[in-house]
Amino acid sequence: MQSSIAKFIFGRLTLDSLPFDVPILVVTFIVVALGAIAVLGVITYFRLWGYLWREWFTSVDHKRIGVMYMVLGIIMLLRGFADAVMMRSQQAIAFNGSEGYLPPHHYDQVFTAHGVIMIFFVAMPLVTGLMNFVVPLQIGARDVSFPFLNNFSFWMTVAGAIIVMISLFVGEFARTGWLAYPPLSETAYSPDVGVDYYIWGLQVAGIGTLLSGVNLICTIIKMRAPGMTLMKMPVFTWTALCTNVLIVAAFPVLTAVLALLALDRYVGTNFFTNDFGGNPMMYVNLIWIWGHPEVYILILPVFGIFSEVTSTFSGKKLFGYTSMVYATVVITILSYLVWLHHFFTMGSGASVNSFFGITTMVISIPTGAKMFNWLFTMYRGRIRFELPMMWTVAFMLTFVIGGMSGVLLAVPPADFVLHNSLFLVAHFHNVIIGGVLFGLFAGISFWFPKAFGFRLDPFWGKASFWFWVVGFYFAFMPLYALGLMGVTRRLRVFDDPSLQVWFLVAAFGAFLIALGILCFLIQIGVSILRRDQLRDLTGDPWHGRTLEWSTSSPPPAYNFAFTPVIHDSDAWWDMKERGYVRPLAGFKPIHMPKNTGTGMILGGLSIAFAFGMIWYMWWMAAFGFLGMLAVAIGHTFDYHRDFDIPADEVSRVEAERTRTLAAGA
Amino acid sequence: MGALAALSLSLGGCNAVVLFPSGDVAERQRDLLIQSTGLMLLIILPVMALTAFFAWHYRQANKAARYEPDWDHSTQLELVIWGAPLLIIICLGALTWVGTHLLDPYRPIDRVDSTRAIAANTKPLEVEVVALDWKWLFIYPQYGVATVNELAAPVDRPITFKITASSVMNSFYIPALAGQIYAMPGMETKLHAVINKPGSYTGFSANYSGAGFSGMHFTFLGLDDAAFGKWVGDIRKGAGTLGRAEYLELEKPSQNVPVRTFSSVDSALYKAILNMCVQPGKMCIDEMSSIDAKGGLGLAGVYNVLPLEYDKYVRRGLGTVTAFGPKSTAVASLCTIEESDAGASGAFRPTPAGISLPVKGRGLARPPYSPAGLLRFDLLTSTRPSKS
Repeated sequence: MQSSIAKFIFGRLTLDSLPFDVPILVVTFIVVALGAIAVLGVITYFRLWGYLWREWFTSVDHKRIGVMYMVLGIIMLLRGFADAVMMRSQQAIAFNGSEGYLPPHHYDQVFTAHGVIMIFFVAMPLVTGLMNFVVPLQIGARDVSFPFLNNFSFWMTVAGAIIVMISLFVGEFARTGWLAYPPLSETAYSPDVGVDYYIWGLQVAGIGTLLSGVNLICTIIKMRAPGMTLMKMPVFTWTALCTNVLIVAAFPVLTAVLALLALDRYVGTNFFTNDFGGNPMMYVNLIWIWGHPEVYILILPVFGIFSEVTSTFSGKKLFGYTSMVYATVVITILSYLVWLHHFFTMGSGASVNSFFGITTMVISIPTGAKMFNWLFTMYRGRIRFELPMMWTVAFMLTFVIGGMSGVLLAVPPADFVLHNSLFLVAHFHNVIIGGVLFGLFAGISFWFPKAFGFRLDPFWGKASFWFWVVGFYFAFMPLYALGLMGVTRRLRVFDDPSLQVWFLVAAFGAFLIALGILCFLIQIGVSILRRDQLRDLTGDPWHGRTLEWSTSSPPPAYNFAFTPVIHDSDAWWDMKERGYVRPLAGFKPIHMPKNTGTGMILGGLSIAFAFGMIWYMWWMAAFGFLGMLAVAIGHTFDYHRDFDIPADEVSRVEAERTRTLAAGA
Repeated sequence: MGALAALSLSLGGCNAVVLFPSGDVAERQRDLLIQSTGLMLLIILPVMALTAFFAWHYRQANKAARYEPDWDHSTQLELVIWGAPLLIIICLGALTWVGTHLLDPYRPIDRVDSTRAIAANTKPLEVEVVALDWKWLFIYPQYGVATVNELAAPVDRPITFKITASSVMNSFYIPALAGQIYAMPGMETKLHAVINKPGSYTGFSANYSGAGFSGMHFTFLGLDDAAFGKWVGDIRKGAGTLGRAEYLELEKPSQNVPVRTFSSVDSALYKAILNMCVQPGKMCIDEMSSIDAKGGLGLAGVYNVLPLEYDKYVRRGLGTVTAFGPKSTAVASLCTIEESDAGASGAFRPTPAGISLPVKGRGLARPPYSPAGLLRFDLLTSTRPSKS
């Protein structure tokens, strides 16, 4: 009787589910718990709860939400990188009969979590955060189309991240690799909660990503300032548009394929099992039909960042704007025609393999065109080597290597010898770190002054830059070599002692990257302390070209007192050239959306739903699900969702801006 | 090319087996890899050099450099920008198309190496490969023997691999011999290859398959004809029989498994493994799909199941029970593999005696037509008209 009550309340969660037997996790938990208590204590001591709730958590301001996405991404980067360090050190010592320090049960979770976290909860939030912050400013809008939806999307992403983080201390995470191929991810071979954490974490976060994609497409299509035709849009906005089209087209596929896997696991269907005519190949196809566009979802906005940065710091118009736009659109379309190159080795015929190999190579043509466009933007420019530009040059030199190894892997016979090897691991880190991450750092240092009103400290930024770049080469060039020695990935122990030196070098690279991350965090801390010296009073610290630089740093809640009228693709540069004079009077009340806590409540309920589903606590799952429905429907009856910023308030803010500008001049 | 030469030189010092393989297929794959790299370097190196040069030359401090802030278009340059990569990709695409077809793992070997053709009367060595948790089973149907975690082949004799798996996905890869191909349960992939130098090489699974993955490697021996004959002879003299019962024991999960040999093998075992019906009484996949292709068993099929209790005791265990689903079941076989083979040749006709529900399918009479029966069975289950 007692056990059946316990079973009803706790499902399959028992005390044994808590990993008291794994010292690493216990210590991690203690550190995380102490850290959390310290943070909560500081917030309470300085009475920041009300401020955080009113100004941030419930905010529907796209700028605040953008910044919160960035904070999420950076916090999760620390978790994902901790996993990377554990893998690198395990592989560096597991030689000559040593088992290393991670048993398979732990190690296999670590590499799965590393991939999932880095893609879904580091790269995606950072990219989404930048798009959220920058796009409305670049198109002269006051917010996104659906401000509440934006807040809701953010909290769903956070909820997904929290679900994955809970798996660290309650139960376990998937031991399947980051794409959870069946049959390994079916109940027959993964009966525990790991894959369920994976499924529900991604389903919850996926809803947030999809909705934010819808939101940004609508914003870009409908809310551009008058005169900004599509071919006068800033390139970053173009890439953001294409990325969000990709998100809206690709993420439903992920949702569907994970739903099918969930059906297999919960109600015993046989979509991907081997029995009853199920076929795991179907999963592999579907997951990559999402998975390949996903990598372009990450890289396209970053291409946009590099375009803005190169043109700004070269003091020149972007070379070949039109071909840049077409290249972006071509990549968007082609990214749907290449998914099979992830599994050439699963027995497709030669013609099928050739087709997908060649479509993959074709993508390198528009990508190459982009590279040349940046190159010729620098040509006959006056290049200022501020941090964003340093990241850009490092990107150009690094990314071409990753692009080359990528095209090499697209040649099926070459892929047959390199598939799943450390060469592949080196390749995708080369494009994701050398491309996406370098670009995100360029974007962060580029737009940070816009978001906070002061620049980032250049010394610590440069230290971080050099540690990252050099660390990257130390960490991943040995993996290219190891791949050519036929070493496959996800191995926990090694027999051949001659390989160890390469892994030691790679581990040293990871150590340098750790210093890079540390310097980045110090950079933010130091910049906050020195914010008065680093203050930007003009709102245009880099001699920018696009509209976000026309407003103050940080921009007022309403972004623009008057909606600008656009005549040229580099709108702000054009306004400056034509001697634009800021209007000082005639302000009108501005209609704005009100803050709401609904998004955060829905996010919280989705965690309850997911946790209930994972642990078979059906009452909790039902509570979470019905709660979400009730709160969402209830929210539609809230008719007081907007307000007007009075004209007096607008003119007060604008007068303040006039004073700041005078002080800066 | 200099960088490439330096790289291959530095890797030559260690064991860069992908660049210095010992089988003709792997060598041709390596050649393609190097040709593609060379082609791409034609454009990558100038881009890298220009990046460095422009970054340095047009730095802000260099007031001598030309500065044209409004120069943003040049049709000639745009043509080069799009044209040069396009040309490279056309060459690479042609190389890819030809290479992919020539080196298709399903394509039988057409030469021993770059200088020698295959002798007319050569019969390839056949090996049936099964990826188990977490070891490799190799069956030699021509010799009636089998091994675990050791594979041998005569030098310069083409090898035909048929590859499947017992539970999850693995990838069969011997870098010195040829590129990899997945080993997948219920499916068969093929690989054709030839080893040109005698020696002992490493083979392994190149796709993560669970806890014992790291130890899932084997030795591949390239032997001259005499040594291969002795190798087979020694196994034949040894003990060990591999029938269905022994296989069900063998396929249970185990890690870092030492080499084992079997002097005799059930000749229908591989077919049963591939069709996932080693367990007596379980219907084979090929039989199932053949029945389905002819219209299926109708509603009767719902009852034609057995509890699935045999599988991977440790790995499946209690996990086979899903939260809401029924206990795991398998479709019961209608006949044994031997009967099914006999049926295919027309020697065996099953009779529907003892089956009370109307059963449709291969070799069975159509059930008598009645509107009620149509409603009960055909509309509910199989709407496809039977061709027979």
